[in-house]
Formats: sequence, C-alpha cells, structure tokens
Amino acid sequence: MQNPIPHIVRNNTLWLSPERSLFWEEENTLIIADMHLGKTGHFRKAGIAIPQSIYKADLQRLMSQLYLFKVDRLIIAGDFTHSVANKELDLFLKWRKDFSLLHIDLVKGNHDILDDAWYNEANISVSSKKLAAGPYLFIHDLKVHQKLTEEEKQLYAFTGHMHPAIAIKGQGKQSLQFPCFYFAKEYCVLPAFSRFTGSFKVKPQIGENVFAVVEDSVMQLA
Amino acid sequence: MELPHTKGYHIINNWLETKGFKPFLFQQEAWQQILMGNSGLVNAPTGCGKTFSVFLGSVIDFINHHPEDYASRKNNGLQLLWITPLRALAKDIGRAIEEVIAELGMNWKVGIRNGDTSTTERASQKRQMPEVLIITPESLHLLLAQKGYPEIFHSLKIIAVDEWHELLGSKRGVQVELAISRIVNVQYSKFNSQCSVWGISATIGNLEEAKEVLLSPLQKSGITIKANLNKKIEVESIFPDEIEKYPWAGHLGIKLAHKLIPIIQQSRTTLIFINTRGMSERWYQTLLDVCPELAGSIALHHSSIDREMREWIEDNLHTGNLKAVVCTASLDLGVDFRPVETVIQVGSPKGVARFLQRAGRSGHSPDAVSKIYFLPTHSLELMEAAALKSAMQENLVESRPPMMLCFDVLMQYLNTIAISEGFLPDEIYKEVASTFCFRDLTKDEWQHILHFITEGGNAMQQYDEFKKVEIIEGVYKINSRKVAMRHRMHIGTIVSDSMLKVKFMSGGYVGVIEEYFITRLEAGDVFTLAGRNLEFLMIKDMTALVKKSDKKKSIVPSWNGGRMPLSANLGKKLREMLDSFAVGGKQLAVELEALKPLFDLQETLSHVPKKNELLIEQIETKDGFHLFVYPFEGRLVHEAMAAILAYRISRIHPITFSFAMNDYGFELLSDQAIPVDDTNVYDLFSPEDLLNDIQRSVNSTEMAKRKFRDVAVIGGLIFQGMPGEKKKARHLQSSASLLFKVFSEYDSGNLLLRQAYQEVMDQQMEEVRLRDMLTRIQQSQIIITFPERLTPFCFPIKVDSMREDLSSEKLEDRVRRMQQQLTSK
Repeated sequence: MQNPIPHIVRNNTLWLSPERSLFWEEENTLIIADMHLGKTGHFRKAGIAIPQSIYKADLQRLMSQLYLFKVDRLIIAGDFTHSVANKELDLFLKWRKDFSLLHIDLVKGNHDILDDAWYNEANISVSSKKLAAGPYLFIHDLKVHQKLTEEEKQLYAFTGHMHPAIAIKGQGKQSLQFPCFYFAKEYCVLPAFSRFTGSFKVKPQIGENVFAVVEDSVMQLA
Repeated sequence: MELPHTKGYHIINNWLETKGFKPFLFQQEAWQQILMGNSGLVNAPTGCGKTFSVFLGSVIDFINHHPEDYASRKNNGLQLLWITPLRALAKDIGRAIEEVIAELGMNWKVGIRNGDTSTTERASQKRQMPEVLIITPESLHLLLAQKGYPEIFHSLKIIAVDEWHELLGSKRGVQVELAISRIVNVQYSKFNSQCSVWGISATIGNLEEAKEVLLSPLQKSGITIKANLNKKIEVESIFPDEIEKYPWAGHLGIKLAHKLIPIIQQSRTTLIFINTRGMSERWYQTLLDVCPELAGSIALHHSSIDREMREWIEDNLHTGNLKAVVCTASLDLGVDFRPVETVIQVGSPKGVARFLQRAGRSGHSPDAVSKIYFLPTHSLELMEAAALKSAMQENLVESRPPMMLCFDVLMQYLNTIAISEGFLPDEIYKEVASTFCFRDLTKDEWQHILHFITEGGNAMQQYDEFKKVEIIEGVYKINSRKVAMRHRMHIGTIVSDSMLKVKFMSGGYVGVIEEYFITRLEAGDVFTLAGRNLEFLMIKDMTALVKKSDKKKSIVPSWNGGRMPLSANLGKKLREMLDSFAVGGKQLAVELEALKPLFDLQETLSHVPKKNELLIEQIETKDGFHLFVYPFEGRLVHEAMAAILAYRISRIHPITFSFAMNDYGFELLSDQAIPVDDTNVYDLFSPEDLLNDIQRSVNSTEMAKRKFRDVAVIGGLIFQGMPGEKKKARHLQSSASLLFKVFSEYDSGNLLLRQAYQEVMDQQMEEVRLRDMLTRIQQSQIIITFPERLTPFCFPIKVDSMREDLSSEKLEDRVRRMQQQLTSK
C-alpha cells in the first residue's frame, strides 16, 4: 500500500489514503463517507448470498486507518449504515467498545434510517443535515449545498452520496475507470468507503482536482 | 397394437379424408410409436404437419382407450403437456388444436399457460386441468412452484417439446430437462405410471444428440422419425449497382431498400427478416419513405413490440391482409402463415440452419418452391450468399451443442421446488444427475450448491441471518412468503436484460425497451420504437414515459441481442469462396463476380488469402498500431483467439491491447508497435500449451464478466424488483459488474463465478475448435502484409465497436502513459 499523499485545502492539510479515506492533520480526524455498513447482511437476509467477507474487510480497513493515523475523531459524511438494523451491526457495536475513546460524528445520509437508540448505543453523535468544523462543513448530498446560507457557503464542504469515479482514455481506444476524490472549488465529493458500492462517473472542470484510487495508490489525474 | 386396425386411427383418417388430406408417412410412424408407449424425436420442418404428428397421436391413443365414450368424456385430467419456446406460438397452436377437437366432436379442453395467462384462468386450471396444456419452459417451472403440483401429472400421457432445436443449447432447454426429470419421477414414485416424451425439431447437425438430451431423464434411447420431405429452395442475391470498396456494416442495406419494392409488390405477402431490432426499426421507416403507398399494408414485428400489436400482425398474416412484415427472429418459429410467398433476408443469417428455416417460411403448398432473397448490408456479405448456396447444396447444417452444468439454472430450480412441496436432497440428486446437462455433476458440487442455498456460502455464523432454503426434518423448503414471492418473480428472468415498459405520458402503451438503453438518455432525447419517434420524458415506476416527437433525427436503440456468431460451417465455406477467387481459373459464383473490384483492391493493397493461407495485416493509423488477422471462424472464436494472441504477445513485452472482431477476422489495437513478424508468428499461433494460455487469457479479459450478468440474474443474485414496488426493493439493488468484482475479490471459489468462466471456456474458448483452428493455421502459410492504408477486409472490423482490453502492464503505468499521451497532443 502506497503512503497517503497530502493535499491542502483552506490552509489545512488532508492526507488522501488509497483506502478511500481522508486524514485531516490539524484536527487529527479521519473523514469518510458511504460506508454502507450492514449492506451484505441486508442482502443475505433477503436470500441473496453476497459474501459476508466484504463486510468484514470493510470494517478491518476502517480499523487499520484508525490505527495508522491514530485519530481522535471520525467524521462520516453520511450513509454510514445501509438499511434497517441487522446482526452485522451487532458486530460493529462490539467492535465499537474497542475504540471507546474515539469520537464519531455522523451527518445523516439517505440510508441512515436507524432509530436514535441505536446511535446512542453506538456512541455516535448524529447531525441531521450538516456539521461545521473549522473551515469545513460536512454534508451528505450535494443538493443540500444549494440550500446553504451565505455564511455556510463560505466553508469548504465535504460530501458523499455520489460514489464518484473518474474515467480516463488513452490511445488505441483504451479506457479505465477508478473511484476518486473529487475536489471542486467549494466542495469535495469523497469516494465511497465500502467496496460493495457502485459508482457515478464525474467530469471535472478546469481548475478542479481529482485523485484516483488506483489499486493500492492514489494518483492525481486532474 | 397395429395402428391401422385401431378405432382411433379410423376416426382420424376419416376426418383427414373429409378435409381432403392424407396422413404423411412420418405422421403414421409417430402415431404407431405413440400407441406403443415409446418416446422419441420427430424431425420435420415447419409447415409439414409436425404438430399433428404428436397431437393426433395422443388423440388416437385416447380414443383407443375409450372407444365407446371418447367423444362425451369430460374432465379427463391433463393428457398432453405441450412445451413451446415462444409465447406467441402458444396461441396459434392452441387455436389449431381446438379446431381439430371441435371437428372431432370431442370434449377436450385446451389451456394456455404463460406470462400472459390471467389469474382467474390460472385458478380455474388449478381446479380442473384442461386435457391439453400449452406452456413455456418458465411457466412450467412456475407450475412446479405451485403447492400440490404432483397431482397435475397424475393422468399425463405425453410431454411434447416443440421446436426443441431452438431450446436445445440454451438455458431454457436446461429448464426443460429439469422439469422432465421431475415430472417423470413424480409419476413413477407417486402413481406408478410413466408418460412418453416427444421432441419436435427442425433439421440440425446433431439430431441424435438432441434426442439423447431430451430423453436422458427417461433412461431410454428412443426413436427418431424423419419427415424426409425435400423442399426446393431458391436463393437470389440482390446486388448493389456499384460495389463499395470499403464495406461498412449496416450502411449498404438501407440504400438498397428501393430494390425491395418490386419484390414486395409482385408477391402476395413478403416477410423481411432483419437481424437486429434496431435495424428493423430503420428498415420499416425506410420502406415507408421509399414507397409511401405501402402505408397500412406493411407492419413491424419484433419482440419489444406490444403484444396486442404483434397478435394483430399475426392474425393479418394469416388472412393475407398484409403485403409485407419487417421482422426479426420473432417470426422465425411457429405455425405457417400460408399467404407468405416470399422471404427476404437482410444481412448475414450467420448460419445455414437459420437460413433454411427462414426460407421455409415461404411457399407452403407441398410442392411449392421456397423463394428467398438475400440482401447484403455490406458488400462483403455477398460472399456469404455464395457460401450459403454452396453449403445448402452439400447439406451442411450446424449443430446446437447442449449446455452443460448450468449451476445457475440448477440453483433456481432447487429454489423453485423448495417453494411448493420442498424436496429431499437424495431423491432430487438422482433426478438431476439423470439429466444430460448435469450427468457430470459431482457430489462435491451438489453439496456446494445445497450449502449455497441454505447457508449462503461461508459466513460469520454468529452475525449472519442468511435466509432462503431451510431444512426441516430433512426436507429442504422455503418458508418465508417474501422470499417465495421474490423467487416466483424471478423464474422468467432467463432472458437477460431488465426491460422497462414504454408508455405515452397521456396514456397508451408503446412497447418495452432495455433498461440500459433508456438510462443513457436524457430528458428531451428522441428515440425510435415500434416505428415511432418518441421524446423521452422520464422514468417512473419501471416505466419510461414519452411523448410523440416530430423531430427527424432520432436515436435508434442498439439492442444487445441479435449478435449471432457465424457458424463454423459457414466460415469454412467462406474460406473456400475466397480460395476460388484467389486461385482463379474456375467459373465464379455470381456474387463473387460482382465483388471483383473489391477483391482487386484488396489484392493491390494487401492480399486475398487462399484456402491454405492465413492473412495478417499490420497497419499504422492515428489511432495507433493495428494488427488484423482473418481466420474466418466467426465472432466468438475470434474474440477468444484475439485474447490468446494478445496474451502471447504481451509475454514478449509489456503492452496493452484492445480488441475488435467481426465474423471474418479480428483486430488487436495498441498504442505501441506490435512485435509480430515472420520470426515469431508461427509460435504465436502454435497449438502448444493452448489450455494454459486459454485459462490465463480468460482471466484477464471481460468475457467472464459479460457471462456473469446472466448467471447472476438466473442464480438469484440480482433482484430486479417487483412491478410497482421498485422503491421498496431499492436497498437490494446492485449491478452485475459490481457483484463480479466483489465475488472475484472475496469469494473466488463461488460456483456461480466459476460457471461464468466455465461458460466462456465451453462456448467461446472451446479448446477443440481453437486447437483445430491453430493446427489448420500451422499447416497453412501465414502471410503478413503491411498495407499503407486500410484495406477492404479490415475496414468493417475497424468500424465495429465491441472492444475489450488485455494488458500485461501495471495499472499505474498504464494510467501514467495515458496521461502523457493526452498532454503531449
């Protein structure tokens, strides 16, 4: 695995990890989006045999990122869980106890539909639409961005929801597609953290930055 | 019992006489065998009374068993189960059978069971089964998903499988095999009786094998009955006024549309077969543009068109009210439309069997000549017309190899019988292993499948809630009503793509269309369906809403289906055709004579290969470096060969290729020079180490991923949602490509994933055919040319767009190099 690469936004340093997470150095915080925890369990409960090892791997990847950066805080820009509660979420609760000092913030996404009681038990602070921290603002869906106040729009936004991917083309009709971090002028769209997610192709404009997750490394493409 | 002395035979014979008919010899033979309780296969072309060979046999048998009261007996239970591949056929056959029964004054009922059968009709069938039930393979499986299904088969005498050649070689054929294995054993174990099984098939290369597959669950060899009716077929090619030297698939055909008008006008009714639905839409429009008088007497028929519309067209074909119908394979099968005098085939039919079948749609009186015109869509296809004629003379008809070990269909089937009665694994294993498809099923694979449907594969016991099939006192059963309902929805999904209805905003149904096409449109885009220009508005509840549009320019949907590969027989014939030109001296077929200017240009720029030569062209263009190879073996084999060749070249040095292919040859395209020359070319085409290279190149291409789409849908991994309930199922949506990725990464031993690879190996990377080809190439001369510009042979490949990649470079290196290329421009 390649080391994370730095990217500076509003004078703060973000470390982009090939595990599809961002480490915010100044605040010692890990930022992710679209973990879709319990998605395999939801499918399996319906008789669709998705291998559960994806779920296990996602959880382990998150854990290794927390250890690697030794963070105090985890901010999730929405869609932390996939659907209604299931047993896979119980495993998360157990796992949570091993990280009891970690502060977890969740900005609710369209998939975050669990009861308040569950978030309480999981010791997760929940914001329903947005969360401000330093020069940054965390929201789930870009649509929310359009409804922000002028003051809030001064902050740089981190969003998820889209599961962005970038396609590049070469000679000889070659074409490749990768999940990416998409930095526009006023906001960033984070790649989906879970590997059991589809993607949406983004088309960057001039002046925007895109970092592709190419297997075990992060490469700047725009 | 001697047929001629039976009461049933007398009654049927008399009835035929009153109509002025005499039974054909093959029909009498079939009746005799049916009376003796035998099973077998009837080989007869459409339009020769093949339906009667089996159906009347069952009537004769019934009369013989009830000589006194055969006419008045009612509610006799199911006697004849008639399996047909196409819904559209069910109605026609039902009508034909009902007529006979009425004229014989009998009290049999005929029922139809398919996706269009209403729930009330189903319920009444459940109370009292009709004597004859006409059914599709999917609906038959749905019948097996019904509680108490064994009772249905109590009185069953004959299972007839119509158009078996169409089903054989597809997964629906496997469904038939499994259903027969169940019915036969239910009869035996529950009622101690045994029905007979009869297949009806057009001529194919492997008739004996077709019979073996069908009768395998009976453990009988059965009897083959051949109609031996020789029908005269006349083939005529339609020539363009000028031969274009750079043939471009699809573009010539339309330009020749005006040449069809006199043919249509001179004939009572004409069927115009087009290979793809997309092109059929364009042809329909063009014919109307060229000859507006045809409006009202010409129609468009393909599988995406509204059912009522299709039925209207079929009815009007019977009555002769239509002058011409533009159609796809949707009219390949079925009862005869007597008024059809002429058939036009547009574009390559890809095989001799299909061409014969289509030709047979015309000229129905016993000694009429079937007349078929061939209209090429690009000039090189004229060569195929010559090849087809020659193949027909030699009676070279293709085989349909049956599918083997379809785990996806088996999984679906096990879930099906788990819904209704549940099953005992030992009993079902024996049945399944008695079918041809699963005769090599190992105990291990069987256990793996049971594990998959009960436990969902390997999981973290404590944190898993997988629920599908449960084991209760040894019986494997699905108890959850939700799971059962979802599964029932699923059984018809052997057709791969998910379809959306297309409706007008103002109401009114237009037809159906593939989801993947419609999701690429934006509101305001105009597309063509069912001969109409439609503006796309939005998707709502599995329905695409549209309004009429006056815009002239529209997108024609490119449907996924319809890309049949060229058969090996036709490929061989094509090589002979080229040879006759290259060697010269002999009288050329008219089609080849017409192609002379094109061949001359090919010879000037490059070379026209003889039978014992393989042509390779290396050309550099602004797109990159091209390597064209022309084995004339058909698209599928070319795709496989391209992958293997790319893999072998990439071992020489790191390089990335994309492929393209058509039925004549294939192209490797790279951004670097391709290291192929006289020194290594024979090694690159060597049959040595083939199996290993096949395996390695399959792993590095998209072929398995494409196969996995179907496998995942049939195997129940992709849930397409219930009608009108799309939203609730949203959390269960995923795509085949995503599943392929996660299974490859996290559960690479998965049976369904393995099946996708196996299908590539069986159907495309078929070792024997590849080895034969390579051996042939080794014995021939490989000719490498370096043309300065594109040649007539390579042009159609270059404009073909189906591509995939093979790379031996590190992914990161590829990305870097693509970036450099972009920036250096």
